[in-house]
Amino acid sequence: MTIRRILVANRGEIAVRVIRTAKALGIETVLAVSEADRESMGARLADRTLCIGPGPSAQSYLKVETIVQAALGSGCDAIHPGYGFLSERADLARLCEEEGVIFIGPTAAQIEAVGDKLRARAEAVAAGVPVAPGGSVETVADALALGETIGAPLLVKAVGGGGGRGMKRVDDLAQLAEAVSLASAEAGAAFGDERVYLERFVSKGRHVEVQVLGDGDGLVLHLGERDCSVQRRYQKLIEETPAPDLSDTLRSAIRDAAVRFARHLNYRGAGTVEFLVDVERQDFYFLEMNARIQVEHPVTEQVTGIDLVAEQIAVAEGKGLRLRQDQVVLTGASIECRINAEDPERDFMPSPGTVRKAVWPEGDGIRVDTHIASGAKVPPYYDSLMCKLIAHGPDRASAIDRLRAALTQSRVEGVKTNIAFHLAVLADPAFRAGGVDTGFLTRFLAREPQAA
Amino acid sequence: MTITSKDVAEIMKLLEASAFGELKLETGDLKLHLRRSGAPVCEAAPEAPTPPVPPRAPAAPQPPVPPVAPKVPSDPSLTDVPSPLLGIYYRAAKPGADPFIEVGQTVEDDTIIGIIEVMKLMNSVRAGVKGEVVEIVAGNAAMVEYGETLIRVRAA
Repeated sequence: MTIRRILVANRGEIAVRVIRTAKALGIETVLAVSEADRESMGARLADRTLCIGPGPSAQSYLKVETIVQAALGSGCDAIHPGYGFLSERADLARLCEEEGVIFIGPTAAQIEAVGDKLRARAEAVAAGVPVAPGGSVETVADALALGETIGAPLLVKAVGGGGGRGMKRVDDLAQLAEAVSLASAEAGAAFGDERVYLERFVSKGRHVEVQVLGDGDGLVLHLGERDCSVQRRYQKLIEETPAPDLSDTLRSAIRDAAVRFARHLNYRGAGTVEFLVDVERQDFYFLEMNARIQVEHPVTEQVTGIDLVAEQIAVAEGKGLRLRQDQVVLTGASIECRINAEDPERDFMPSPGTVRKAVWPEGDGIRVDTHIASGAKVPPYYDSLMCKLIAHGPDRASAIDRLRAALTQSRVEGVKTNIAFHLAVLADPAFRAGGVDTGFLTRFLAREPQAA
Repeated sequence: MTITSKDVAEIMKLLEASAFGELKLETGDLKLHLRRSGAPVCEAAPEAPTPPVPPRAPAAPQPPVPPVAPKVPSDPSLTDVPSPLLGIYYRAAKPGADPFIEVGQTVEDDTIIGIIEVMKLMNSVRAGVKGEVVEIVAGNAAMVEYGETLIRVRAA
């Protein structure tokens, strides 16, 4: 089925990004906007806008029924959810399936399979994809036996926890019994669920993820990997491809594992399988799968020349994959940094407001994905991402140099940004050498507080 | 969500440093309303608009789509009643039934003026204003946006 009109159920730069590809394909767009986004760049570019509710996301962008009603009422045959908001909500995918609206993404069942941590881990095991050594424990005796096989240091994690909550590190197995009893009692009190599991603690890890595309019928391609180890409190700041300083053996094993996992699910559309690379052991473990287009997808597009949103749409139309694996050719290196409206001097506190002036760079190998022009507003209700600067070059060093030049050409007045902070990180010798671990940014901030 | 006096102080500092005169925050049970002394009582401080720079995205710039912001009627005695939801507006409870209201009728704050359907869920809409209905703006069984005018009332 050919898609003629898409409801874009998102905002910010990703709404602009989706509209751009839809226009190139001759597809009309209807943008669902909150009251705060009526005059956004996306609203100007879309063929039509529909106001779905007031500024706060819970009353607008997160309303599943309103989004589907907007699509039906405006004659859209498909919904593109972007990232965040409703992009990984199985209930939206299911309602679309029921109402005969094409959901540009995976099936509801696939979203559910990867949405729950333990379920996703079980799927990974079933697909023969390595997971961090560990498992659930019911008694202290279980824990001690499992602890012996994992070895210290290890983590005791609450099944109901997440995002760093409900976690205990055990450095000496002699303390394991006490830690498990305590963690279980605490988890019961905090999450209403006493179940805990053990997992190997990786002291030096890198975040490496693989972009995959599936036709929903068992055929899966990978488009190389991205390294997103430069993170602050689990928020990615700089992403690049290919992952630097990774052995060929590890790189191809990680790519194969991602394809195996997606194939096991008969995955449909664009997705990303995330792994933790254990630098000391030269090993890797499955973390999770993101069943959507990701913020950092442009670096993959720059090195492959493939428009991922166009491929999402083609798969959603039932055209399948239009490429074979050997037609996916990775050229050069690409790196992206996220320019946020936030104040590094004040612990990266969001800095919403009106952007009096915005000047973004141009030049060879530079791509700018943004929704911010002079006069634009950064509303307080949403994330602070203003712009993604993406540089591409024949190799990593030239991509970094182009990104630094692009950053120095960028001007934003009216709100605080992390532009200067990015320049300091890109100049860091460890970053330039490549292959930093997820603890890099914390150490960098401790060492060079003036960079913030 | 809990909020401490320190948080409020931080938010006040943000407001001080911003171009805004007023801040309303609603999250869960919490409602916070801050206004700078001397700031005009209005929903959003009108900004001196800088002409927007055409986007860098390759798409050709388009004439701006006019916003559907609630219209202020020229006659100050008139009030536009906006739709509280995006959905399908129905003037009557079911096909063939009498409409909830007609032009010329007097409405109270809690008079039901129609139904907004969102995916088979029917939501009744109240006038929220007292006065005489002078116009029914939204079409029956037509989709309305959030904030779109449903009816126009001459305030009593």
